[in-house]
Amino acid sequence: MATQQTRLLGKLAVAPSVIVLFLWMIVPLALTIWFSLLRYNLLDPGNESFVWFLNYEYFLTDPAFFAALGNSLKLVFAVLAISIIGGTLLALLLDQAIVGRNIVRLMVIAPFFVMPTVSALVWKNMFMHPVSGLFAWLMKSVGLEPVDWFAQYPLTAVIIMVAWQWLPFATLILLTAIQSLDEEQKEAAEMDGTPPLSYFYYIVLPHLARPITVVILIETIFLLNVFAEIYVTGTGGPAGNLPYLVYFQGLLNFDVGGASAGGIVAVVLANIVAFFLIRMIGRNLEG
Amino acid sequence: MGTIVLKDVQKRFGDVTIIPNANLAIKNGEFVVFVGPSGCGKSTLLRLIAGLEDVSGGEIIIDGSDAAQLPPAKRGLSMVFQSYALYPHMSVRNNIAFGLKMAGMPKPEIEAKVAKAAQTLNLTDYLDRKPRQLSGGQRQRVAIGRAIVRQPKAFLFDEPLSNLDAALRVQMRLEIMQLHQTLGATMIYVTHDQVEAMTMADRIVVLNKGNVEQVGSPLELYNNPDSLFVAGFIGSPKMNFVSGEVAGQYQAQTIGVRPEHIALSSQSGAWEGTIALAEHLGADTFLHIDTKVGGRLTVRAAGEYDQGPGAKIWLTPEKNRIHRFDQNGRAIKNAA
Repeated sequence: MATQQTRLLGKLAVAPSVIVLFLWMIVPLALTIWFSLLRYNLLDPGNESFVWFLNYEYFLTDPAFFAALGNSLKLVFAVLAISIIGGTLLALLLDQAIVGRNIVRLMVIAPFFVMPTVSALVWKNMFMHPVSGLFAWLMKSVGLEPVDWFAQYPLTAVIIMVAWQWLPFATLILLTAIQSLDEEQKEAAEMDGTPPLSYFYYIVLPHLARPITVVILIETIFLLNVFAEIYVTGTGGPAGNLPYLVYFQGLLNFDVGGASAGGIVAVVLANIVAFFLIRMIGRNLEG
Repeated sequence: MGTIVLKDVQKRFGDVTIIPNANLAIKNGEFVVFVGPSGCGKSTLLRLIAGLEDVSGGEIIIDGSDAAQLPPAKRGLSMVFQSYALYPHMSVRNNIAFGLKMAGMPKPEIEAKVAKAAQTLNLTDYLDRKPRQLSGGQRQRVAIGRAIVRQPKAFLFDEPLSNLDAALRVQMRLEIMQLHQTLGATMIYVTHDQVEAMTMADRIVVLNKGNVEQVGSPLELYNNPDSLFVAGFIGSPKMNFVSGEVAGQYQAQTIGVRPEHIALSSQSGAWEGTIALAEHLGADTFLHIDTKVGGRLTVRAAGEYDQGPGAKIWLTPEKNRIHRFDQNGRAIKNAA
């Protein structure tokens, strides 16, 4: 009796936040779906008409879509590769007893706390600027032609910036994982005469499998949504990803219908990715 | 072969000296138990022999050559850890085979050795399982299997049974003793449990604050402890110690009598006392008796003792079973 009442009370207490969260999710989604089925251009207001899936047809056959999709995937995979490989190496390094370890760790973690917009501005103006950037100065001081990153290698530039932000995250998670490796297991491996590389391959790497999948999952979710770095550095043309294309359709072409269709396509793609990731991680977390 | 000789082995961590100076000779095929209270340096000594810690001074001579500077794998020893330290993501088979694989042994040979070890340890049915699918005792056996396939010069056990429940501990104790008989290999076993030490050892090394307090067979230590510390540590329940006037009668600072070496009588005896508590174990009864001569003494009475708390009782220590100690806690030999 008492438990039933408590349970009911619990449900009542949780209900408002659940309802608000649900509305928060469903109203924008429903509106986006609705807009995506309309011919809805801000340059031609008041003339909205229902066009079924025409927006999707335009969006999916637009060459810019494939370019954006490709950029999205390249960005995600490149940053994942850099942050996981680099993160593992950095974590191994930071696990050693080095002088001033705590300060080094703090400095390594720091980029993760910088806002993407700020980080993009810093990279754009202080490092990659072809005239006043540090890289340009370095190139010039050895007598080479400075690289105009955003014109010559826009996607690479974006990847470098985003990887700089996400490398610390991977490092942090992998470092804690390495530190949780059982001390006696290390000693057992030592007694077994395990050389360093085999030790890494047979003992450390399997131990890291789980945290690495977690890093992949979390980073993928955020990397599919990268926008600030591309917008701020103005590389949207050559290096724009799906979110940028949606922005471009909606706010530069004023085509709300097309942008909504793009948004829905992005949602579907993200869900496909999430489906496989969750399955992969579910398997990994079990074993 | 598996002789291990420790010569002036020292270990310091910064300013803290853990092992001031240890000397010990272990013969081939011997089962030696290091025993002592927590923090006495017994595990450190074992880890020094294993090579997991570097010596601060002295020599560790394995089979005639100094191994103190060799890395652990080159010393030809294997170790069984307290937490088993199995590799969690590898099957039992791979756990046992790992050391051989690292040594670069050809595959068919590894398989034969693993199969043989698994048979010895009753693990054949579990070879494809992961460690987490095994019970505590099975994990323990895998850890031992990992040690035996390498055919080491000596086995090192670091409190291997302390994570098991009481019943399993007794069983595994027997299995390890059985294994020692079968293999005939040198074994060094660290424990804080004096019952394990007494039952398993050929020789016991009692350590106190990093010093080797006494080395001897279990019964030697039981019958002729060199010091108060050893006398108090070996034997259960603990030896009774009496100092003061009574000890003076025996020309000693302190005398010690084991609970099983005191005769009880309800009429007359050497010391008078009152029963405070009685522990009934069925086969024995442990009586805690308040006496005037030496406070509360423990006495073992065979079978069921009918007197309960409050009863007056007389105690008589067996004359030739009295241990005498001087003011430094050293034993005075040739007891009265």
